[in-house]
Amino acid sequence: MAIIDNGVNVQALLDARGVLVDAPGAAQFTWRASTKWEHGVHSTTRVHNFFGLGEEQSHKSESVFDADHPAVFAAEDNGITPIEYLLVGLTSCLTAGVAAVAQNRGIQIHSIEATVEGDHDIRGILGADSDVRNGFNDVRVNFKIDADASPQEIEALVAQSQKRSAVFDALTNPTEVTVTVA
Amino acid sequence: MLERGEVANSWRHERWDSLTLLTPNWLSRLPGIGYDGSDPDGYMSSAEVAELIASFAAVARAPLRTGTEVRSLRRSGDGYRLRAGDDEIQADTVVIASGACNLAAVPALAAQLPAGVLQLTAHAYRNPDQLPDGGVLVVGASATGVQIAAELQRSGRPVTLAVGEHVRMPRTYRGRDVLWWMHAAGVWDQRHDELDDLTRARTLPSPQLVGTPARATLDLNALSALGVELVGRLASVRDGQALFSGGLRNVFSLADLKLERLLDFFDEWALSDAAGEQFASPERLAPTLAPRSPRLQLDLLSGEIGTILWATGFRPDYRWLDLPVLDAKGNLLHDGGVVDSPGLYALGLPVLRRRKSTFIHGIEDDAREVIGQLTAGLAGSAAARLGGQGGLDPAVVGGVDGHAGGGDLIDPVEHVV
Repeated sequence: MAIIDNGVNVQALLDARGVLVDAPGAAQFTWRASTKWEHGVHSTTRVHNFFGLGEEQSHKSESVFDADHPAVFAAEDNGITPIEYLLVGLTSCLTAGVAAVAQNRGIQIHSIEATVEGDHDIRGILGADSDVRNGFNDVRVNFKIDADASPQEIEALVAQSQKRSAVFDALTNPTEVTVTVA
Repeated sequence: MLERGEVANSWRHERWDSLTLLTPNWLSRLPGIGYDGSDPDGYMSSAEVAELIASFAAVARAPLRTGTEVRSLRRSGDGYRLRAGDDEIQADTVVIASGACNLAAVPALAAQLPAGVLQLTAHAYRNPDQLPDGGVLVVGASATGVQIAAELQRSGRPVTLAVGEHVRMPRTYRGRDVLWWMHAAGVWDQRHDELDDLTRARTLPSPQLVGTPARATLDLNALSALGVELVGRLASVRDGQALFSGGLRNVFSLADLKLERLLDFFDEWALSDAAGEQFASPERLAPTLAPRSPRLQLDLLSGEIGTILWATGFRPDYRWLDLPVLDAKGNLLHDGGVVDSPGLYALGLPVLRRRKSTFIHGIEDDAREVIGQLTAGLAGSAAARLGGQGGLDPAVVGGVDGHAGGGDLIDPVEHVV
């Protein structure tokens, strides 16, 4: 049998799961980002450090993200809008999940492409209609996957990836959010 | 054998009125007692199950003490000390057969619900007359949840059903009861030490089935056709609003895909020599129909909902167990019914030794093996004591009812949060 390699170290993940069952404290992670206002509705957000496995951790380098709004919002468009970052998070999380689940199930992936659309009624954020919500009304993800697997097995990969996705959960279920002023 | 109430107590006192077994009559058998009635393909009522167990108690003639609730079990010398009723009992070995469904499992968010809404568990539910008028939010879509949702909807109360992960099954497949297939194709005989993910097998929700004379399928499409409104898993309650998960379509996909795999497996088995007969043609069910835009929130203060019915599973009650043998979630730690405390055993828990462990017909094989180990252990310790005092003195907690303890309709902890 050919060796299946999607580049995901599933054994390490399974080992971690085994250890963390008995050590829930080590499983507690805190992700962080710091945002600085630039000008207008343009901001930059830096992500470098996080906490996990009982201690401070860091990415190998810092990432910087520009967020702004496009010209149709009368802005300078120095970067994508914050709500688009949610789409980035969703499809990147689901795509990682498909690769990992496939590795665990012994399915060789050749390519994964995902497109995502989020419908947004901006009357909410503009305060034009109080019955309209601020966030997405509907989000649709479509996958194109080339893998050594039946269509049914591919559908099962996508379903399992949603079931284990942090961002899918964060978008589909309520989360307590606290905002304070220093 | 120590039984807190009477023989078949939970079947007599802890079931809703319309409940029938999920297993067909021909399969609802106990050692030495097969079904000899006129309706082998029918499904027993709770009263009929109680009768079956009572007749087994008469045939088995095990020494039985009814009305004797075990209040504590602790280590004492080489054996155990039980406080049972008004007595203290010393036993060399103990078998815990009190089942996995003693208490209703209700999520913590129940405490945040507005006071004006009646909360009822499936354990306390008897019939629709118990409920005030108005809508009902049924939380949980395993066997218990779908059956009660259908009954309440038919009583004229508009039902909203919060659906998490679930197990979809047709009542009949290719002309046979779906549980006939599970039995014949060997699914129920799969052993605990052969399963890839035993933890998952042990917490699998009960299938969406009901036992009716029409042998009708009671999946989510059937409930939608009755007018039940489907929403996602109950995720949170905030300011009197119930908030549901937006991931409903994916729990439909997961269940539909698993059902396909199960039916594929049946079809493959049907072609094998083991099957040895002809069946009707393979069938496939229509995908679960998602509501066009499922509601994400429900105002519990508006009066639309009068009752919330928790069909969120059951859990065992081990408050009487003064021994360090439970895991962090309160489940008994055991290996195929052998508890990590010398001379302590268990029977009738989900996938104890086989997938069928909690089914009425499934206890027999487990019991033979576990009791085989128990007697071997006793013989060993008796030999070690060179025939010293003590003798063979096992106690069984839970009596002839415990092992069935609702096993046939288990919702082993369907997590709603």
